[in-house]
Amino acid sequence: MAEKLKKAEGSFKIESKDVHLYYGDFHALKGINLSMLENTVTALIGPSGCGKSTYLRLLNRMNDLIPDIQIKGQVLIDGQDIYQLKSSEIDHLRRNVGMVFQKPNPFPKSIFENVAYGLRVNGITDKSFIENQVEKTLREAALWDEVKDKLKKSAFELSGGQQQRLCIARALAIEPSIILMDEPASALDPISTGKIEDLIFQLKKDFTIIIVTHNMQQAGRVSDFTGFFYLGELIEFDKTKKIFTNPSKQETENYITGRFG
Amino acid sequence: MTHLDSELKMLKADIIEMWRLVINQLEKAKESLTNFDRDLAEEVVENEKRVNSYELKIDRDCENIFALFQPVATDLRLVLASLKICNNLERIGDISASVADFVLDADQDFNKAILDHTRVLEMHAIANEMVADSLEAFDKEDTRLARTMFKRDKMLDKIDEAALDLVMECIRDYPDQVRNTLLVMSMIRKLERVGDQSKNIAEEIIFYFEAKVLKHKKKKQKEGDE
Repeated sequence: MAEKLKKAEGSFKIESKDVHLYYGDFHALKGINLSMLENTVTALIGPSGCGKSTYLRLLNRMNDLIPDIQIKGQVLIDGQDIYQLKSSEIDHLRRNVGMVFQKPNPFPKSIFENVAYGLRVNGITDKSFIENQVEKTLREAALWDEVKDKLKKSAFELSGGQQQRLCIARALAIEPSIILMDEPASALDPISTGKIEDLIFQLKKDFTIIIVTHNMQQAGRVSDFTGFFYLGELIEFDKTKKIFTNPSKQETENYITGRFG
Repeated sequence: MTHLDSELKMLKADIIEMWRLVINQLEKAKESLTNFDRDLAEEVVENEKRVNSYELKIDRDCENIFALFQPVATDLRLVLASLKICNNLERIGDISASVADFVLDADQDFNKAILDHTRVLEMHAIANEMVADSLEAFDKEDTRLARTMFKRDKMLDKIDEAALDLVMECIRDYPDQVRNTLLVMSMIRKLERVGDQSKNIAEEIIFYFEAKVLKHKKKKQKEGDE
C-alpha cells in the first residue's frame, strides 16, 4: 500500500519504519510501519489503549519525558529521523509539529496573547509582525470574525468550540507543517464539531494533519486516509473510503461496524 | 446483538417476506394463465398493493437506518443492496400483475398450442425460477448461484427475440385467436424484463457479499469473476 501510494501521489511527509515503543515492560507499539503524504488528513482509529495516541505523541517526541520509555525503529519527518536529533533541535521539531488536545486548553491570557505567545517565546518582538500573524492565524482558524472586537478579553470568555479553534490558531501561529490532533472535537457540541471539521478540511491545503478520533463518522468525514490500531499494532491502513466501505481485514470490519471482539 | 444488528435483521426479514410474496405472485400469474383462472388473476392484481406496501416500508426502514445508524462496510452494503433489490422486486410484482391483467383481458381460454408454440409458459417457468433462486442466493449467501442469473437472463432474451415470428405464425394458424395471441406477445415482452430485474438483483447480492460492482460489465467479465 505505502509504495503504491508514494508512486501515485508524491513523497511522504512522515514515515515510520518498524517502530516499537515500550513503557517499561509494556509493549505499546509493535512494529508500526506507517507513511503519510504531505497535505493529507490521516485519521487514527481504534479502541482505548490500542496505541493510537501513543503513536501520535511519538511524532513530536512528547513521550520523551515519560520515565522508562524505550523507542526502537525510525520516525522520519521530511526524510530526517526525529529520534536522531540533537537535543538543541527538538525545539525546532516541536515548532514544526503542532499539537491540539482533546480539551481546549487556552492559557490564562487574552485571546490575542494566546496566539502571540508562541511567537514571543521564539524571540519575535516586532509588534506589527506579531499583530499581522495573530490576525492571519485567527483567520486561518476561522475565528477572526468572532473575536476581532474582543482580542483583549480573556480566552476563557470564549465558548468551548471557540477555545478549541483558538488553540488551533495558537498552534498555527508558529507556522508548523504538521498538526497533530488528539480527539479535538470530543468535548464539543455538534455545531462546534462541524466548525472544527470544516477547519481541518481547509487547513489540509497547507498542513499535514493527523487526527486521533473515537468518532467513526468524523474519521469518515475529515480524513483522506485511515489507520486502524489494535493492541499496539497497525492492523490496516488505507484510503478512508476503502476502510469504511470495504476494509480488507476482519478486525477492522468488526471495529467500524461496532461488532468488536 | 447490537441495536443496528437487530434493525438489519428486521430489514432482511422484510426483504425476504417481500421476495416470497413476489414469487407467490409470479407463480399465481403463471397458474392463472395455464388454467385460464380469472379468479386467481384477480387475486394477483389485488395483491399488487401488498407488494407496493412492502416497497414503501423497506424504503422507509433503509432511510431510518441511514439517518440513525450511519452504517459502514458490510452493513452499508446490505442497506444499499436492500434498497435496490426491493425496487427490482416491486417491478417484478408489477409484471406479475400485468400478466394477470392480460389474462383478464382475454376473450376466451388460451389455446394450449399457442402457449406451447410461443414458449411463453417455458419463459414464465424460467423467470419464476430465477426469482426463487435469487432469494436462495441472498438467504444462503450463495454468490455462485447468483451468478447463474446472467446466463439464464440470456435464455429469456433468446425466447423474446424469437417471439415475434412465432406469434405471427400463430396469428396465421389460429385467426380466431388473434386477441389472445397478441396478449401472449405482450406477456413475453414483460417476462423478458423479469430476467433483467433478476440480473440486477444478482448484481446487488454479489455487491453485498463480495463488495464487487458488476453493473455495466460485459457478460464474460461477470462470469469470469467466478
